[in-house]
Amino acid sequence: MKILVTALGTACLILSASIAGAADKPTDPQIAHIAYSAGVIDVEAAKLALSKTKNADIAAFAQSMQKDHEAVNDMALALVKKLNVTPQDNATSQALAKAAEEKRAELGKLDGAAFDKAYIDNEIAYHSQVNGALETLLIPSAENAELKGLLETGLKLFQGHQQHAEHVAAALQ
Amino acid sequence: MTRNLLNRRQLLITGAAVLSGHTLVRAHNGTVHVTIDKLAFLPAEIQIKAGETVEWTNKDRFAHTATVKGGWDVLIPPGKTATHVATVDDTVDYYCRFHPNMKGRIVISA
Ligand SMILES: [Cu+2]
Repeated sequence: MKILVTALGTACLILSASIAGAADKPTDPQIAHIAYSAGVIDVEAAKLALSKTKNADIAAFAQSMQKDHEAVNDMALALVKKLNVTPQDNATSQALAKAAEEKRAELGKLDGAAFDKAYIDNEIAYHSQVNGALETLLIPSAENAELKGLLETGLKLFQGHQQHAEHVAAALQ
Repeated sequence: MTRNLLNRRQLLITGAAVLSGHTLVRAHNGTVHVTIDKLAFLPAEIQIKAGETVEWTNKDRFAHTATVKGGWDVLIPPGKTATHVATVDDTVDYYCRFHPNMKGRIVISA
């Protein structure tokens, strides 16, 4: 529980820092970059979990994360291509990538049940963080209707992932 | 005049049913169709007789399930259909195991 609270606290800090850093709302090319990066991070986490875990529920969850995030990122790529938008790197994407790298290093040192618990707790915290960003910043800032629509589908998907992670975490106890 | 009134009344009733969002879908040829689109079961609630079939069509790029807690579980791969033959005790709430925010309901009618 303490780990979860810490993780959530860190997540909030990162987001508020990056939002405060960029006083202006993100542009569509930046939003596309943030959303895509968020997906890639979770796919990487899933691959790490699949290489380490021996727990069937954790493995099934990780497989589902990998497939869903790859699918929604394929949809995002097709959309930016259609809209002729080039995703643009920005402070929020960089903060997300840095936090993810640190988390990956931390998880990499763990094994067995300790890894499973830390991975699934981080999945809950991470999806909660991304959902917060989608709801309060990314969706309201998106100018293009199709991009907004895809972000809204993404929000429903990630909210589902958060609940799925909560179920898996509860079953681990 | 009477006929006009009657038509108008029917129109109002139809409108109300649509607005209430509780338009129960009945089976045609023994199958009730549920579409899955953007992480939602449409319609969310269906009425069916025991022995008839529920057919889910998954229009999403994501795999979903129709899962009854402590009961049956149907996997519906992306872009595919899957079915379940309803039994007498199938008045149930169901959800997707992968995305538990997706919820549906089946009501068995006599
Ligand atoms: Cu689902």
